[in-house]
Amino acid sequence: MRSRLTLFAPPEPSLRWVAVWRRNWLVWRRLAVPSILGNLADPLIMLFALGYGLGAVLGEIGGTSYFAFLASGFVCSATMFAATFESLFSAFSRMHVQRTWEAIVNAPMTLDDVLAGECAWAATKALAAGACMLLVVAAFGYASPAAAVAALPVVVLVGLAFAAVGLAINALANGYDFFSYYMTLVLTPMLMLSGIFFPIEQLPAAVQAIAKALPLYHGVAVVRPLLQGEIAGAAALHLAVLAAYAIVGFYVALILTRRRLLK
Amino acid sequence: MSVLSARALRKSYGALEVVSGVDLEVKPGECFGLLGPNGAGKTTTLKLCLGLTHPDSGSIELLGEPVPARARQARARVGVVPQFDNLDPDFTVTENLLVYARYFGLDAKRMRPRVPALLEFAGLAGRGDARIGTLSGGMKRRLTLARALVNEPQLVIMDEPTTGLDPQARHLIWERLRRLTQEGTTLLLTTHFMEEAERLCHRLAIMDRGRIITQGTPRKLIAQHIEPQVVEVHGPGYEAWMARARHLAARVERAGDTVFCYAANVEPVLKDLAGNNDLVYLHRPANLEDVFLKLTGRDLRD
Repeated sequence: MRSRLTLFAPPEPSLRWVAVWRRNWLVWRRLAVPSILGNLADPLIMLFALGYGLGAVLGEIGGTSYFAFLASGFVCSATMFAATFESLFSAFSRMHVQRTWEAIVNAPMTLDDVLAGECAWAATKALAAGACMLLVVAAFGYASPAAAVAALPVVVLVGLAFAAVGLAINALANGYDFFSYYMTLVLTPMLMLSGIFFPIEQLPAAVQAIAKALPLYHGVAVVRPLLQGEIAGAAALHLAVLAAYAIVGFYVALILTRRRLLK
Repeated sequence: MSVLSARALRKSYGALEVVSGVDLEVKPGECFGLLGPNGAGKTTTLKLCLGLTHPDSGSIELLGEPVPARARQARARVGVVPQFDNLDPDFTVTENLLVYARYFGLDAKRMRPRVPALLEFAGLAGRGDARIGTLSGGMKRRLTLARALVNEPQLVIMDEPTTGLDPQARHLIWERLRRLTQEGTTLLLTTHFMEEAERLCHRLAIMDRGRIITQGTPRKLIAQHIEPQVVEVHGPGYEAWMARARHLAARVERAGDTVFCYAANVEPVLKDLAGNNDLVYLHRPANLEDVFLKLTGRDLRD
């Protein structure tokens, strides 16, 4: 009975989580430039190919150029992928392969601290990826610098949501292969359905409902108008959904990680 | 006041009870050994004492703090050497110490001056900038031990500190552990090397199937559980000889193709063997391993 209670105990991270974040920062610092280039290359190639190539055929979409439409979507998807890679593959090597988390909890640290640090770290890397995309968007004149800066907090929230969900998936993994299920069965469909490439109004109502239940759509729904200098109609609701994914995702990740490691 | 005191600990995983009523008492300044075959429940007992898993019942006090309730506060004054190396491969030797100290709330300003002494202790002086991947198994283990000392702990808990090391590396670790006890640090270690336990531990407990079956000083355990002299015999015709040996020694056991004769006085056995050219024998004083095998049996534990 007692062990059941600790498994579901509410998160109680101490400020020591910063030490976990810092550990990851110190490692990443040395590889920062190649890491950022790697983060950017993929979405930028897609953006320029589709934005200019497909954009020339499509003309305007939703009142803006297709390039601008796509770019605001890619801000969110690049953020999603950066948070996901960090909370799946990188976190898994620290948790399982290198046993770094075990070393940390032998110190006066708890798994709550470890997960809080990892979640904040994955969101930090997501912020770096999202910020780079925003920089490109602003540099090409598709958003004002002020609008790009205003989008940063939303990027952080998108990063936290996907970091938390990623850590929950990580706690269930028995190897790196496990993550390909999540990538191909969850993330790829989500990428297609969330209004990155085309407005979701094109989709049947039932599919739209699925998209609206997933976090990426809500990020795009706020960031796209924001970059055009507008506040989305239901911005508060969209942000609340993202926050809910972050909070519930983190709690679930914590329960699953406790079950996995505290035995 | 004891450094660690555990009462009536129980812990089950599903239907399997891994720890079934363990009592432990570790006194200040001693080296206490927890011995047992694989699967005896040693590692789980250590995890319970550190608050890394919660007991189904029983109570634990670590450095005066109730565990698991205040395990975090207790762990601030404990060093841990885990069974599997988990040094951070992304950092150098020195960075490993600095980064780990942060988990105790010790920043680089306070930690850096102590690094040279820790590296010297680990036998890694001058290797501070080395990558973890370039270290030998013994070096890694010593660095893990040094890492466990970043917070100047009162108690160091070690899970099989020398498993997988060659004799040279093992002796160096033993020397360092003795140095720690001389400096007043309390040690709690698990091992299945009897030689290690006999050399290092002031007191030890033998654990099997989740229970502590006996505890005391190594000498006392040997005196209490086993005849002082042993003759090991093998070679052609050992089976026939064994039947005769039963009249010559107090206790005769067989493991594979070797006969073990235990007695206070083994003269009759040796006299009998002197006339036998086929059998190979070894006369030695009884040791902890004999006690261990008598109490936990000679069956393989996989």
